[in-house]
Amino acid sequence: MSLAVISGLKAVALIILNRLALGVVTLFAVSVLIFAAVNILPGDFAQAILGQGATEEAVEAIREDLGLNKNAIVRYADWLGGILKGDFGVSFAQANFSSFAGEDASKGGIGSVAAQLEPRFKNTLFLAGVAAIIAVPLSLVLGIMAALYRNSVFDRFVNISTLTSISSPEFFLAYVLILFLSVLNPLLPSLSNIYVEMTFADRLHKTLLPALTLTLVVMAHMMRMTRAAIINLLASPYIEMARLKGIKPARVIVFHALPNALAPIINVIALNLAYLVTGVVVVEVVFVYPGIGQLFVDSVKIRDIPVVQACCLVFAAAYILLNLTADIFSILSNPRLRHPK
Amino acid sequence: MNTGQLLVKIEKIVIQGRSDEQWLPIINSVDLHLNRGEVLGLIGESGAGKSTLGLAAMGFARDGCRIVSGTVEFDGIDLISADAQTKRSLLGSRIAYVAQSAAASFNPAHKIINQHTEAPIQHGISSRPESEKDAIELYRRLRLPTPDEIGFRYPHQVSGGQLQRAMTAMAMSCRPDLIIFDEPTTALDVTTQIEVLAAIRDIVKQFNTAAIYITHDLAVVAQMADRIKVLLKGDEVEESGTDSMLKDPKEDYTKSLWAVRSFTREEKPLASKEEMPVVRVRNVTAAYAKIPVLHDVSFDIHASRTVAVVGESGSGKSTVARCITGLLKPSQGSIEFDGVPLPADYRQRTVEQLKQAQMIYQMADTALNPRKRIREIIGRPVEFYLGLRGRKKEERVRELLDQIELDPDQFIDRLPSELSGGQKQRIGIARALAADPKFIICDEVTSALDQLVAEGILKLLARLQDSLGLAYMFITHDLATVRAISDEVVVMKDGRVVEAGGKTAMFTPPHHEYTSLLLSSVPEMDPNWLTELLEQRGVDNIGDAAIDRMNQA
Repeated sequence: MSLAVISGLKAVALIILNRLALGVVTLFAVSVLIFAAVNILPGDFAQAILGQGATEEAVEAIREDLGLNKNAIVRYADWLGGILKGDFGVSFAQANFSSFAGEDASKGGIGSVAAQLEPRFKNTLFLAGVAAIIAVPLSLVLGIMAALYRNSVFDRFVNISTLTSISSPEFFLAYVLILFLSVLNPLLPSLSNIYVEMTFADRLHKTLLPALTLTLVVMAHMMRMTRAAIINLLASPYIEMARLKGIKPARVIVFHALPNALAPIINVIALNLAYLVTGVVVVEVVFVYPGIGQLFVDSVKIRDIPVVQACCLVFAAAYILLNLTADIFSILSNPRLRHPK
Repeated sequence: MNTGQLLVKIEKIVIQGRSDEQWLPIINSVDLHLNRGEVLGLIGESGAGKSTLGLAAMGFARDGCRIVSGTVEFDGIDLISADAQTKRSLLGSRIAYVAQSAAASFNPAHKIINQHTEAPIQHGISSRPESEKDAIELYRRLRLPTPDEIGFRYPHQVSGGQLQRAMTAMAMSCRPDLIIFDEPTTALDVTTQIEVLAAIRDIVKQFNTAAIYITHDLAVVAQMADRIKVLLKGDEVEESGTDSMLKDPKEDYTKSLWAVRSFTREEKPLASKEEMPVVRVRNVTAAYAKIPVLHDVSFDIHASRTVAVVGESGSGKSTVARCITGLLKPSQGSIEFDGVPLPADYRQRTVEQLKQAQMIYQMADTALNPRKRIREIIGRPVEFYLGLRGRKKEERVRELLDQIELDPDQFIDRLPSELSGGQKQRIGIARALAADPKFIICDEVTSALDQLVAEGILKLLARLQDSLGLAYMFITHDLATVRAISDEVVVMKDGRVVEAGGKTAMFTPPHHEYTSLLLSSVPEMDPNWLTELLEQRGVDNIGDAAIDRMNQA
């Protein structure tokens, strides 16, 4: 490796460290926001489980038990301190069960938030992963083809169909897919109740339908950005130069335009991957998929504050991490930064 | 390959360009003939259709242009009726193109050599190793430094002049029969231009390649071409051999082009030592972030005098202007105005101090707000600096328009987009005058303009100086302009003043070594100029090589 390359890598590493630090600061700011937002929600857990006939004393007792009567700043400090040690707290709803079972929930038993979150989050990541593996290459290829045959019938067809799918509500797309792929042609199951003991093939089979729904949702954005970013470059002098060298149109697009169009495309991909993790609530509910989105909705319903907060934090972290990765890849896609003078 | 055989035959070609939903003519029925091994110079001002005609010789029309009628034949192949694949098989392999800006025409994402070998590999002419070996050989012939390595760099890692030569090498990669050179040296500094010119001329001769050389610079085309064709707004004006075209142009338009360079202004005597200069730049040292740009720069500018600050890109000319106007704070030294030191930051200067120093910019296009009418563009500084409003303001704006020779009734309500390049630059001048300053900085004000238009601007500036007693700081890299308008010259290199003095003294030897390189690099209309210069200085004592040698000494 030459000296220039090493100094280039150094510069890039510095930028990445810088971004990582910024990411941590952002996450901290988000944690404050989440805590504040959850705390100004009306009603509390004690009130919610005891119902309308609850006596003042009973409510107080539960509040005392769960630490809800402490000062908000103290509670935030406790929460943040726990997270830094990897402890997301104890789920309110599960707290009773665990005391029955005689275990200490805060040590990672079934009542701990982390224990609830972990399998659900893995499921969501699996779903997002399957959707991404289908959607990202497909949108890139379609975007490149649309740019190559721009303004043709093919281009218009791809544009209109992806626009239609992104404009339709997710549950509608889900029901249309169920109608065609599991009712009229029973190829795939309409319920995606996966569990730990399943084989990989079974899981994949059950996950395919929600993954296809998500693909339809996120494809338009990525495909259109790929097309636009490439077409945007076609007026550049170096593209004209490539044409004047007698290079075939497909090679002009893939070899000359695409490498320079990567930065905006990567950013849009990251945004959509983040959506696959954080925006899957509706799709998970429709297919009864046991992911983090469902857990989130259930926890909000019963005011299980530690779980809600943990879900929010996971969503935020996923967003920040994916955008960070996108930033880093965009930087790496720029030869000026990889190979300084 | 025998010389003299007809290679390109363009007849009665008509090309249109699309603008605002209608097709407007770019080329009206022009013929062009080119023999093997011959170099044809295409010359004209902007909008003459030179590039469009050059590309048409490749059977190519840019997006938004179309070839309406006429024939283009290349070596007997009809390029108009040929299908896309036939044309593609010729492009790059038998017809090649060298663009104006190599920095923009090399793909930033790939190494230079990979772009060089692309055409030979894709056309199936040679393998990658063969083509790479040939590239290195071509780099050597074009006298690029470290020919074995330079191709393995990315375009942004190589200087502009070197890139332009690398692009010429790339055009040569398949040994084409024809190369179109589209203003290949226009974006370069003079000292760099000369080595690119020498390299291009050499290699075209070595391989007996035919070429169409497009430029707006007569002196350049005189060195390169066997024949010259003059274009004006899409029509051919005349065509003849280089010698006879230079000595004996037939048409009035050609004569006027030839005469542009004759405008000169009498040099005024140097101001006496006791006289207080309007602007005194005193030992200014400045940096962008931590990168030093100026080192101990000092010079004076007196009333009614023009000081030309000359130097190549990156020499710090414009940075001096930024220090004077207070946009950049010098780390050491000061700017004095009428003997009083000015605050370093423009935000701390009074309106009276700001008013005295105005600026005119290179790109009038970007320096005027496209959404404002002329009335507002000039009216705003009138109001801000002189406090005039209502009818008085309107009167002042009209007076200013009169001064810059534009009819107020006709122009006051126009938008910048409704003006020509020269007219926009005049508005830029009026806006500077609106503050009623003593001193104006002209930053490359004529470099973006055609020569005839530029001459008009220079004459206007000269007249305004005589009537208003203005002091000018004239930033330029064009020595012809310096010769035309300046009283004193300051030569800058790498942020330092290398030489300063009266114009006549500066243009008479002995010079500082750098000044002498700069002066000798300016092309002259004599077709033998380049040949003689290369004999005098030696091939290795021009351009970057000469500067390196100087820096080492």
